[in-house]
Amino acid sequence: MAWFKKERPEKLSSETPAKKVKIPEGLWVKCDNCKEIIYRKEVEKNFKVCPKCDYHFRITASERLPYLVDEGSFFEVEDGLSPRDALGFKDYKEKLKSSRKKTGLKDAIISGEAKIGGCPVQLVVMDFNFMGGSMGSVVGEKIARAVERAIDKKTPFISVASSGGARMQEGILSLMQMAKTSAATARLAEAGLPFISILTDPTFGGVTASFAMLGDLILAEPKCLIGFAGPRVIEQTIKQQLPAGFQRAEFLMEHGMIDMIVSRKDLHATLARILEFFTTE
Amino acid sequence: MAQEYLEFEKPIADLEKKIEELTLFTSNGDINLEEEILKLHKKSDQLRAEIYSRITPWQKAQISRHPNRPYTLDYIEAMMTDFVEMHGDRAFADDPAIVSGMAKLDGMPLTVIGHQKGRTTKEKIFRNFGMPNPEGYRKALRVMRFAERFRKPLLTFIDTPGAYPGIGAEERGQGESIARNLSVMSQLKTPILTVVIGEGGSGGALALGVADRILMLEHSTYSVISPEGCAAILWNNGAKASEAAELLKITAQDLFQMKVVDEVVEEPIGGAHRDPRRAAELLKEAVVRNLAEIRNVPFDDLLKQRYEKLRRIGMFDEI
Ligand SMILES: [Zn+2]
Repeated sequence: MAWFKKERPEKLSSETPAKKVKIPEGLWVKCDNCKEIIYRKEVEKNFKVCPKCDYHFRITASERLPYLVDEGSFFEVEDGLSPRDALGFKDYKEKLKSSRKKTGLKDAIISGEAKIGGCPVQLVVMDFNFMGGSMGSVVGEKIARAVERAIDKKTPFISVASSGGARMQEGILSLMQMAKTSAATARLAEAGLPFISILTDPTFGGVTASFAMLGDLILAEPKCLIGFAGPRVIEQTIKQQLPAGFQRAEFLMEHGMIDMIVSRKDLHATLARILEFFTTE
Repeated sequence: MAQEYLEFEKPIADLEKKIEELTLFTSNGDINLEEEILKLHKKSDQLRAEIYSRITPWQKAQISRHPNRPYTLDYIEAMMTDFVEMHGDRAFADDPAIVSGMAKLDGMPLTVIGHQKGRTTKEKIFRNFGMPNPEGYRKALRVMRFAERFRKPLLTFIDTPGAYPGIGAEERGQGESIARNLSVMSQLKTPILTVVIGEGGSGGALALGVADRILMLEHSTYSVISPEGCAAILWNNGAKASEAAELLKITAQDLFQMKVVDEVVEEPIGGAHRDPRRAAELLKEAVVRNLAEIRNVPFDDLLKQRYEKLRRIGMFDEI
């Protein structure tokens, strides 16, 4: 289990930046939020959620799958797509290489078919550990293909977002993936098929400003950070401290931007209940 | 409007100052310097052509934000007649960073939406430097649907540093407002033509830019992130923007090569800001020609082509 070995990516939150704590590999985990030292097994049993403060640890795409779909039902597709350094962008090749090594993934997303509560769905899950979950050509393409698959097979489409935004290293091609993914989900809507978008920590920039906010239903994990502009950019622009709880899931809920906040342990059951609505005549 | 000069335009500025002085001198005295002035004029034209023939991507970025560059309302005024501005998103406010309405182009009715920057300090603040809030995008959305309902072509102008990063913008769903426009534009049953006239700043620009044809003015730019922002991330140093501008491939010529835009529209020598009227003439020709090509395409084909064009953008390997 590698999910707490690494140093946590730089905190996006503007709230009291906590001291960077390196978590030793072993029996104990330190919660990023409440700083309590917790027995590792206890956290794992608890869906990688802090039992003391309900903090939802950031998890990888493959760690998320068992919490999301019916046991053993996930079948990965489109796993042959890998990114290309189309612009000849400084250090991009190296970054891709190290991300691949770190995550075992070719890019920041996995795509496949699965069942939830017995209902077949097309599903994409983003992985923040791969270059901050940034959306470039591969991520955009895999989302578009998953949506098109949903249209062909007449199934719902589900996405799990976790991303810092568009992938700078692919320049304008990344920006255009926002249009591509949004156009694909628009076609899904035209076809009368549902799209459920799940937002996790963190969801920002070009992902928030495209498919992730276009779900017929939008769910979010508790306390996760969601926004268009990053908090630091906003702070620098307005030269003001940001209010407590700014850009947290609860903040979006309050402002009418999402439908519900769902704890990780309840996600599968919640999705099953929602999907049943669409499949029942 | 006072002529302002960019750093690399300094040699032109110096020469023009000299011409101005000589002209003043001639009109005051009895020495005839006309020949000399004519020579200097020629030299200044040559110098401008020379400087503009070898500008770097970072210089392009600066030209695209040139304070004298024509903005959306300037093009509307120069290219069209009978402009009726439409205001407000019918939910929250009217965002002056986006202008929209109906107009006629050579007698043909069409709808227009564009980012709007300000010229004077007061105007700049009023227009929020061309950085829209969600209500701006939602006003645009209203006008898009209006265009569809009355079967009028939609022409959009892109010229923004980006969507505004503010507390209110986040509270009101900046991300959703951009996403919604991308989605709706991709299915809008009317021909859409987009022109990047200045700065195409990321998602805030794209929110007006899903189209059947995308044109870029010769010295405009379009990028996923500003060169300064990119440099800040890469080297923790916004001052290295010039290097970042090279890396990002932001020029009209780059985007044409990558097949993201369909046409690069020529500007007068020295940029649109040197001769706004001529710039508008050149753009008008391109707009009229492109609109004619997409105007009579059946909607089903139009939407299909619009989608397929987006689907093709992106580069990856597949095994
Ligand atoms: Zn905790």
